[in-house]
Amino acid sequence: MADTTTGPVTAAAPVTREPATTKPVWRSHGRTRRSTRTVRVRTSAALVAVVALAVLVVPLLAPLDQQAVDLARKLQPPSLAHPFGTDDVGRDLLLRCVYGLRVSLLVGLVAALVATVIGTAVGAAAAAFGGWTDRIVMRLVDTFSSVPHLLLGIFIVAMFRPGVWPVIVSVALTHWLSTARIVRSEVLSLRARPYIDAAISGGASRRRVIRRHLLPGVMPQAGLAAVLMVPHAMWHESALSFLGLGLPSHQASLGNLVQTARGSLLAGDWWPTLFPGLFLIVPTLALAGLAGAWRERINPRRRSELML
Amino acid sequence: MSRGLPWGAMGRMAGRRLLFAAPVLLVVTFGVFAVAAASPFDPVKAYAGTAGLTASQENLDQLRANLGVDQPLVHRWWNWLTHALGGDLGDSSVLRAPVSAVIGERIGWSALLAITAFAVAVLLGTSLGVLAARKPGGLLDRCAGSAAYILEAAPAFWLGLLAIWFFAVTLGVLPAGGLTDAASDTVTFGQVASHLVLPAAVLGISQLPWFFLYVRQGVTDALAEDPVRGARARGLSERTVLLGHALRSGMLPMLTLIGSRVPELITGALLVETVFSWPGIAAATVQAATSVDFALLAALTVLATAAVLIGNLLSDLLYGLADPRVGFDG
Repeated sequence: MADTTTGPVTAAAPVTREPATTKPVWRSHGRTRRSTRTVRVRTSAALVAVVALAVLVVPLLAPLDQQAVDLARKLQPPSLAHPFGTDDVGRDLLLRCVYGLRVSLLVGLVAALVATVIGTAVGAAAAAFGGWTDRIVMRLVDTFSSVPHLLLGIFIVAMFRPGVWPVIVSVALTHWLSTARIVRSEVLSLRARPYIDAAISGGASRRRVIRRHLLPGVMPQAGLAAVLMVPHAMWHESALSFLGLGLPSHQASLGNLVQTARGSLLAGDWWPTLFPGLFLIVPTLALAGLAGAWRERINPRRRSELML
Repeated sequence: MSRGLPWGAMGRMAGRRLLFAAPVLLVVTFGVFAVAAASPFDPVKAYAGTAGLTASQENLDQLRANLGVDQPLVHRWWNWLTHALGGDLGDSSVLRAPVSAVIGERIGWSALLAITAFAVAVLLGTSLGVLAARKPGGLLDRCAGSAAYILEAAPAFWLGLLAIWFFAVTLGVLPAGGLTDAASDTVTFGQVASHLVLPAAVLGISQLPWFFLYVRQGVTDALAEDPVRGARARGLSERTVLLGHALRSGMLPMLTLIGSRVPELITGALLVETVFSWPGIAAATVQAATSVDFALLAALTVLATAAVLIGNLLSDLLYGLADPRVGFDG
């Protein structure tokens, strides 16, 4: 069955059915390719650091009056005083974006964490118990992968009324499926190795084998999936918020900012729409760049596959 | 393909898949009902609306019994399912029409948008992919590659809004949304075409990165294979080698996997149809969710799942056709 778990962000990595058997034949690009890769990783790391610093430090330093409603300076285009301009009630957009990113990032982190824990537990259990448990669990994973993630998220949020927790739950519930698959196949490949046999014949209990030998082995893969999931979860939160099904409007996430900006956009004011979107794209690319480098380290075989 | 298609094997595979699809749809419908039952959503209050605030408990209980809400979950699910198989999906409270009528009215517009968008993505993605693969590491390759990653990270609703700002507000050359102009009440070809341009372009461009990256990878790999080297050795022109040999084998996997892109297409349509007020089923889904219209939302969720399953089947059939080694055993 074709992979249906790929969502908007991870979707760029096509699932190759057979490993590429041929190596690239062009010769002279080895050096340049490596150096662009290093540049990309360093840029990504720097951007992640800037984003982390911004969402942690700016709220402590920022002058509060920039958050106050001031209709006298509403919808000012970008200037030196307000690099991103002001929104429809005169608040500084740069500050609003930083706060929005903070909210979106927090929701994304929590959702990715929850999804990773669920996915790791289910995937490891399915692989470790095997047999019918494995078959039924993986069938269920396949079944729920057949519902498009955003649609399932919309359904859950609609039934439980929009709010922070329904959004986190709906994002987490739609994202653990791929982690479960990754962890399961990783556990299965680890279980075939001699040191697991050695542990079992040495008298280790199933519980000990799972906790002591299998879980530490799958941690890199699960961690990688978690990092890749954060931008994905942020994307979902923004989409839900934009559709009016996400966070309440006083918790201005990036999606809420874009939603609010729709009114002024039709009057020709582009900046309240443009900047929150950029604030979503930059961390996504930075995290994907870092995760790509990490993947190449722990799984060099996949180098030919596409990043992101 | 002069041998003719292996209809028998394909039919058996399709039959087997349908057999597997039935339990999947059953579980999904049950899941939909289970989520609704676990949620604070109350069909009686939703049905009664503001009248429910003043109604007596007796009336509410009567309504509860009429709607069948006092039945256990499994019973309600089974009831819905048997009605659904007979074509009765219930009534939509937000659009004030039977759900099946809403779907029938809107699905054509959604299909039009989706097919146009796919055509845009396939054509643009393939041509850019071939151009980029011709010189790996060249200027075009690097620019298009970076643009693809940025586009992949950009949310479709944001792209749609920027497109509205640029083409509808600033330049004023294309309409900002809807199916026809507000003043006209008849649907003409020219009206629909001009209103289709922006949503289809945005949806297509949001799908573009996957197609582009896939073709670029496929053609780059194909250029390193023996048939291409053989073609070059025979002295064929670069154009023939690129389009006749490398593109053919490099594009095939992408074309066959189109079916597996249905989930992403639905995700994109949910956002793009809403941004452009396109009267399709994805926009109806969002409306149904906003006003907690369970009947419509449940039917559309199941419909989307069925579309995904059909897409997967199509993809596997095409893949088996394109690569006989894979076959139709899946």
